[in-house]
Amino acid sequence: MSNTLQLEIVTPTGLIFDEPVAYVTVPGTEGEMEIHPLHVPVLTLLEAGEIAVRKPDNSHCYLAVGEGFVKITGEKVVIFTDMALKADEIDELKAEEARKRAEERLKGKLSAEEAATVNASLTRSIALLNVKQRRRGGS
Amino acid sequence: MSSTRDIRRRIKSVRSTSQITKAMQMVAASKMRKAQLAAVVGRPYAEHLNQALAQAANNCAGGPQHVLMERREVKRRAVVLVSTDKGLCGGLNGNLFREAMQYDPETTLFVTAGNRAAQFVARTRRKLAAEFRYQDAPTMAEARAISKHVRKMFLDHEVDAVDVLFSNFVNTLTQKPKVWPLLPVGELRGVAPDLRGGMRDAPLPDQMALHLGGGASEFVFEPGAEQVLGSLLSHSLNYQIYEILLEAKASEHSARMVAMKNATENAQKLIKDLTLVYNKERQAAITSELLEITTATMAQG
Repeated sequence: MSNTLQLEIVTPTGLIFDEPVAYVTVPGTEGEMEIHPLHVPVLTLLEAGEIAVRKPDNSHCYLAVGEGFVKITGEKVVIFTDMALKADEIDELKAEEARKRAEERLKGKLSAEEAATVNASLTRSIALLNVKQRRRGGS
Repeated sequence: MSSTRDIRRRIKSVRSTSQITKAMQMVAASKMRKAQLAAVVGRPYAEHLNQALAQAANNCAGGPQHVLMERREVKRRAVVLVSTDKGLCGGLNGNLFREAMQYDPETTLFVTAGNRAAQFVARTRRKLAAEFRYQDAPTMAEARAISKHVRKMFLDHEVDAVDVLFSNFVNTLTQKPKVWPLLPVGELRGVAPDLRGGMRDAPLPDQMALHLGGGASEFVFEPGAEQVLGSLLSHSLNYQIYEILLEAKASEHSARMVAMKNATENAQKLIKDLTLVYNKERQAAITSELLEITTATMAQG
């Protein structure tokens, strides 16, 4: 029995992450989900948010992701999503700006459809900011 | 004398034009490579999407049909017309628009991507439903916007079918307009980001291969196989549009590269011809001057 899990994060712009990890926490549509080695095979939906990776040497690593899917097989987790960014790739100013813009727009009158879109981009930019700030905190 | 000066001036201007076209050719060549590369790096993503789609579809088999797969009688049709933003790319847009003319203007709604397509629809007074833009390096966000819009049109019964019309990248020298039926999702098909062979259907990995290669054969779907399938279908459509945008970009840059290469060659030829004329004139001038001098000397002698 292995104690690690191979985590792959794939986006249309390439393979973002491919390393063995101890466990990983992902934002599923049904709530936060922690995946340990030997998890039951699952195919589920991913929401925009942050992924927390616990590496075998107990260090942490955070990534911001967009909507996508998680495929879990016994020893492997594949996350395929539109967007995945590591903390050092995130442009904080842009994310902050996007968050403000989204909040501004939510104050105005919106149809249900538009509100959903704006909310999605809000979640996205908040996730980006969280990942960035966590890193600054030194955790 | 004045005529040799004129010719010299023309040679100079043609030469600077040829330098510009040469530079544009280089730029187009590098951008074309970039677009091709972008399609290649997306391949693992496409493979995972295909596999998951096959698994989810297998799990849903026999159940109710998904709304995006619903076939209706086609009364109105949406066409996503993907063109370039700028000209100087030979007959690329012309060929594309000739194909677009074949659609019945009464029952077709156009959704455009790229400036030229929007101009074409406005000029020919066809119905424009939406206008999108995409950058030199198409992003998933741009593709998602287009895909979302047409999906909504389809689900709201505004249209009964959606086609995409774009320039298919066959190879560097050939680009052909191609119609890609997007909605309804008929046969489940995979996405194959392979610019070399052009856009084509990729068979979904069959179930045997999945069982043998996938390791785990049965998945638990959360929240349910139908929801997962629905979401997978939407993402697959997004990705198809993304791929088409890349394909269109690769076509645009390769067409521009070829057009600019021809322009550079023509300019070089023109320079050669003009230089010949210039030298002839120059020699004629020298000869006549010499003649004048000798005549003058003889007259004096």
